[in-house]
Amino acid sequence: MGKILEINGPLVKLDLPQTVLGEQVRVGRLGLVGEVISRDGNTALAQLYEDTAGLCPGEEAEGLGWPLSVELGPGLLGGIFDGVQRPLQAMWEQSGDRIARGVAVASLPRDRRWYFVPDPGRRAGMPLAGGEVLGTVQETESIQHRILVPPRVQGELLELAPEGEHTVEEVIGRVRLADGRIEKLHLFHRWPVRTPRPFRQRDHAVAPLITGQRILDTFYPLLKGGKAAIPGPFGAGKTMLQHQVARWCNAQIVIYVGCGERGNELTDVLESMPTLTDPHTGRPLMERTLLVANTSNMPVVAREASIYVGITLAEYFRDQGYDVVMVADSTSRWAEALREVAGRLGQMPVEEGYPAYLGSRLAAFYERAGRVETLAGDHGSVTLIGAVSPPGGDFSEPVTSHTKEIIQTFWALSKELADARHYPAVDWLESFSGYVSSAAKWWADNIDPGWEAARAAALDLLAASEELQRIVNLVGVEALSSEQRWTLEAASLIKEGLLQQAATDEVDSFASPEKQFALLTALLDIYRQGMKLVKLGAPARRLIQMPLLAQARRWKSQHSSDDLEALKAKIAAIPAAFEPLLLEYAPAAPSSAMEEIRP
Amino acid sequence: MKNIEFRTAASAQGGLVVMAGVPGVAAGSRVQLRDHAGRVRSGLVIRSANDAVLVEVFEGTDALDLERTWVRFLEEPYKLPVSRDILGRVFNGSGRPCDGRPPVISADRRDINGEPLNPAARAYPREFIQTGISAIDGMNSLTRGQKLPIFSGGGLPHNQVAAQIVRQAKLLGEESAEFVIVFAAFGASHADARFFQESFEESGVLNKVVMFLNLADEPVIERLLTPRAALTAAEYLAFDLDYHVLVVMTDMTAYAEALREVAVLRGDVPARKGYPGYLYSDLAELYERAGRIKNRRGSITMIPVLSMPSDDITHPIPDLTGYITEGQIVLGRELSNQGVYPPVTVLPSLSRLMKDGIGKNFTREDHPHVASQLFASYAKALEVRGLAAIIGAEELSDADRRTLAFADAFERRFINQGEDEDRSIHETLNLAWDLLSMLPPESLIRVSEEELAKYHKGAA
Repeated sequence: MGKILEINGPLVKLDLPQTVLGEQVRVGRLGLVGEVISRDGNTALAQLYEDTAGLCPGEEAEGLGWPLSVELGPGLLGGIFDGVQRPLQAMWEQSGDRIARGVAVASLPRDRRWYFVPDPGRRAGMPLAGGEVLGTVQETESIQHRILVPPRVQGELLELAPEGEHTVEEVIGRVRLADGRIEKLHLFHRWPVRTPRPFRQRDHAVAPLITGQRILDTFYPLLKGGKAAIPGPFGAGKTMLQHQVARWCNAQIVIYVGCGERGNELTDVLESMPTLTDPHTGRPLMERTLLVANTSNMPVVAREASIYVGITLAEYFRDQGYDVVMVADSTSRWAEALREVAGRLGQMPVEEGYPAYLGSRLAAFYERAGRVETLAGDHGSVTLIGAVSPPGGDFSEPVTSHTKEIIQTFWALSKELADARHYPAVDWLESFSGYVSSAAKWWADNIDPGWEAARAAALDLLAASEELQRIVNLVGVEALSSEQRWTLEAASLIKEGLLQQAATDEVDSFASPEKQFALLTALLDIYRQGMKLVKLGAPARRLIQMPLLAQARRWKSQHSSDDLEALKAKIAAIPAAFEPLLLEYAPAAPSSAMEEIRP
Repeated sequence: MKNIEFRTAASAQGGLVVMAGVPGVAAGSRVQLRDHAGRVRSGLVIRSANDAVLVEVFEGTDALDLERTWVRFLEEPYKLPVSRDILGRVFNGSGRPCDGRPPVISADRRDINGEPLNPAARAYPREFIQTGISAIDGMNSLTRGQKLPIFSGGGLPHNQVAAQIVRQAKLLGEESAEFVIVFAAFGASHADARFFQESFEESGVLNKVVMFLNLADEPVIERLLTPRAALTAAEYLAFDLDYHVLVVMTDMTAYAEALREVAVLRGDVPARKGYPGYLYSDLAELYERAGRIKNRRGSITMIPVLSMPSDDITHPIPDLTGYITEGQIVLGRELSNQGVYPPVTVLPSLSRLMKDGIGKNFTREDHPHVASQLFASYAKALEVRGLAAIIGAEELSDADRRTLAFADAFERRFINQGEDEDRSIHETLNLAWDLLSMLPPESLIRVSEEELAKYHKGAA
């Protein structure tokens, strides 16, 4: 038993010999929990996950003997946990509206009974290795929870419970380890959050993560198992975009980590998720969702831990063979928590006060994403999407620039677009994706071989219009040629009819890949038909007045992803809309000209 | 220990005193200092070890004689006595009455630091508050339980705007009787404080206001307590007495500067512009005390006012505030110079909770689309205005000229309104349609075709 020597904010100096770095400690009369971050002789420095007000030097402290760990087993889905995996719902019932200090509540419900179905292939006497599937529990209607052997257990299965109901603490099996010791198995096991969970090998990511957002899926795709960042100044719609991804993406499990963000935003997620259905399974979204919440007013050290708690939970579901998406909002707050503790430790600051290890910590965290072959031989993936909140929207600041070096997909949000209420405010010039060629293969196999070319054509058009816009800003639109004016108009059609996608629009909030591609090709078709006419001598002014352009801008919100036939009919009628003008400017051979310009 | 006076001050500097040889002092404990002149100052333990205890003294360490300073550790955090009687009272920055009336007597004393609200206990803010200001109601709607700061600059009428919101704020279709106001000023000038006091008096709400005043010439470190004391009062009124509380805090910049001052004295590693790395967490502790709680009737809606140093929205204080609050109302110098009141620059302004508090069951079905259309059309119009400034208005096309006329009308008629003009949301929306009718219907793609047919004056 040790005692407190000094209290400085969340840091507490302890007289605690023989403690191990990373060990959990319980401190003071209130029993506040924290972890040891440095040792010097008999004194240890610990950072506490809770507010230290009221602690006195001289109070007791003890080492708990294990590092910060999470409980992994049935009961996680649909839950909301704080930064050290305490269940907030249960804490609310137990200790009221405010988070009292020193409250210890088990992460997984202890009294709930789960119906366990053992794997039919498991027999007593067979060898058993870590990560293998012992059996299953149907946790929610859409998700079957696979009960895994703890990764480091290896030996001979002595006994496995038959089908039936168990609480998480009941013994469901026993294993004789290599050294002869007997290990008991439960429906859950613990895993230290700062250690990545093992797997057999890394796999290639192959399929894109479909989020239903056109600017993301069509223009800057992310693969299942990939890494993405969403940087943006405040008010650019970062949180909205992440909510949209969490709501609509085609992963089987979504883990949303609210790290140092607003309380009301989490409430929004908590209240809206149960009412929304997963477009891929038709079940309530909450069944596949898990929230880790450390809002900005909760203690800063737990904020640092929350990211690791989230990623460990993600890896656990990956090990069951699922595709998991983890959304971390925001990694900047995590980095600031790191900075705050580093500052109190008196570590030498480098850029903007951040410690020198910021880059390596960020990289190590993002590297826990990936598609892998699990220990059980399945395939699972963790896709990591990190929000970044650069101060003043300056992308050259340390967290954004380090993150940019690590990730492959960069969804840059722009203040200018957001100010004009162009949502999602993803800047098509600053964003990038390193996964386009892999995604192209999927789109070619599943949707249309023309995807890659159409995407490139639309991006070219947007880039060209950006150039032209600069000229317009100097000399006015009248100075442009008809061709250039038509290019500008077509780019604005793409922006308004395709890139803008309102999260609040019930019809258009989610767009299937088919709808995305149909709209993309339709708008490009309008551009090409018009360009043909301009080349024949039609003035852009007349084209711009066509009612078709205003109509096409509304198509996205008139046809849901289930109702593509009507949309396709409108698309098929595009050439007809150009016909009168075509007759006027190319009276010689209208029909052959028509044939030529149809794709 | 509470009753022991220690005379072991080892060093003093700029508001901090180090006490030697006082073992076992609780972190965060309140401290009472008595100097040689018998003056009593109060402070807080910010670091505690057996050999040295660091105390932050709110009234500063001027004229402190180490040998003749007696210190008592009160063994409890800073607390505010609360009761129904705080309504109508004026307190100083650390929560002591300064209106010449007797102190509030109550057995119920609350730790001013509060405790973080469990996110699972929060109820999502959804009820639209009508402020009667078109630029806010129409385009950046405020909801009950929201924290919506006013970003301003020196010389801009943020106080007038805040006072107008306080006077006019009401819920649609409900009596406004249960609204109370908690007003906290830190670093504010005497003139500002008087302005608010008179404004409350004129509108006859003075008995529904609790004021906490730490004015510009009062102790700087005390400013760290002022918002906490005010919010403790607000939480009591909202969640114990079921009031709907509107909290106005001004000026957050003065608060952050006080925080920086103390941080520098403590030797904290500075992050941006000398502000400590924990500025974000510290501001969040204040702002996040706004909100609603499930199964409770009351609510805390917060309107912090902050002046952006050199009108720079990327300065750490507005920047970090924007990351915590649910939007911001930005006041602009350009509009103000043109005589537009309130000079709300709508493009960078935002209300994040607007989407859930407006529309069919709250205000009117066309509201979300109208707001979005106004933003889009005005953004477009500003582009045209920029162009006109370069090539001259004569060179513009007819369509562009109509757009320009729209921008002018939007600023003159929609944003601009009187300090006492209270527009209902219907008036605001109808006015918006009057303006949108200046533009051709086919250019209005954010509103639906049905809405165009119903409201657009040139649609038929």
